[in-house]
Amino acid sequence: MIFLDLLIGFLEVGLFSFGGAYAAIPLIRDVVLAHGWLDDEMLSYMIAVSESTPGPIMVNLATYVGSNKGGLAGALIATTVVMLPAFLFILFVMAFSKSLVKNPYLQAALRGLKPCVIGVILATGVYMIIGNCYVMTKSSVDFTAVLITCFLALIYFGSRKVIKKGLSPIGLICIAALVGLSVYGI
Amino acid sequence: MPILIELFLTFAKIGLFTFGGGYAMLSIIENICVERKNWITHDEMMNITVIAESTPGPIAINCATYVGYKKAKLPGAILATLGVTIPSFVIIFVISVFLEGFLEITWIANAFKGIKIAVGILILDAAIRMIRKMQKKALQTGILLASFALIMLINVLKLHLSSIVVMLAAALVSVAFFLAEKARRKEGKA
Repeated sequence: MIFLDLLIGFLEVGLFSFGGAYAAIPLIRDVVLAHGWLDDEMLSYMIAVSESTPGPIMVNLATYVGSNKGGLAGALIATTVVMLPAFLFILFVMAFSKSLVKNPYLQAALRGLKPCVIGVILATGVYMIIGNCYVMTKSSVDFTAVLITCFLALIYFGSRKVIKKGLSPIGLICIAALVGLSVYGI
Repeated sequence: MPILIELFLTFAKIGLFTFGGGYAMLSIIENICVERKNWITHDEMMNITVIAESTPGPIAINCATYVGYKKAKLPGAILATLGVTIPSFVIIFVISVFLEGFLEITWIANAFKGIKIAVGILILDAAIRMIRKMQKKALQTGILLASFALIMLINVLKLHLSSIVVMLAAALVSVAFFLAEKARRKEGKA
């Protein structure tokens, strides 16, 4: 049943997303790919939409997938369960023990969890970039995509040498949209 | 204004006007809750950041729950959390109804083909930033490289294995090392 799948899927995301929005992306990707709810392409679109609209990215993605698969009820379920663990953990810490997070075993587990999360995010980013540039079904390299990837990476990372904070994610998304329009539109 | 309504409206404003989520929200929450409203102190804000890093879920939710609970117990926590979520919920819900139709328009589909490539770069950038900030001890570096290799393998071979399994394994390895270290220290003392 779709509602139960959404509930379990996004509860998992809410329970294991240590380290902010980008830590949740690989977990959400696992869930949506496993159920066939979205493919990598649609997921990328939604990540871009979530970056460009206000609010927590995790909440935005949960709302979108929930609504897409189960209408308003699906959106409400996915959004509620994705934030429920965070809400309950903070309540627990506030109400019972503020020193709970200092527990040495918890901290030891987190010391292992954090580098692992970084490895997972890195692998997801690298795999998505490869997936953009290499068409698996045809076993051929998409040279247009390779060129756009190099161009955007150059602008994004290069902008930090020119302006202090560099280009913002939304700025990069806007430039990428213009590039897409002009390259694929002609 | 009653505190419950004020909590709801303040966090709704934070939810409506912060783009990019997570850490972008922290500085705005600090500005409003510490400097303007005096709801929490700078030290508490630091404390929230530490707790947020040790608990899962969206950081904005952690902050809203903390501040709401401190000001008005459970009802405050619920209203602040709802406040920070409702604006983006409404916006994304509306978008979700129209997005697939929009993508059938050729020029929008073309724009999104470019955007898709930007997303890969953004995810890579998030990982690079985190690597720069992390402690680079042997165990941590080893776990990072091993999880990177495992997830790449899972993706390439299309294995049905969730990243959660890899994460649990990493946590266990780290706890095992912690226990071994503790045992060694005890032996050293005896």
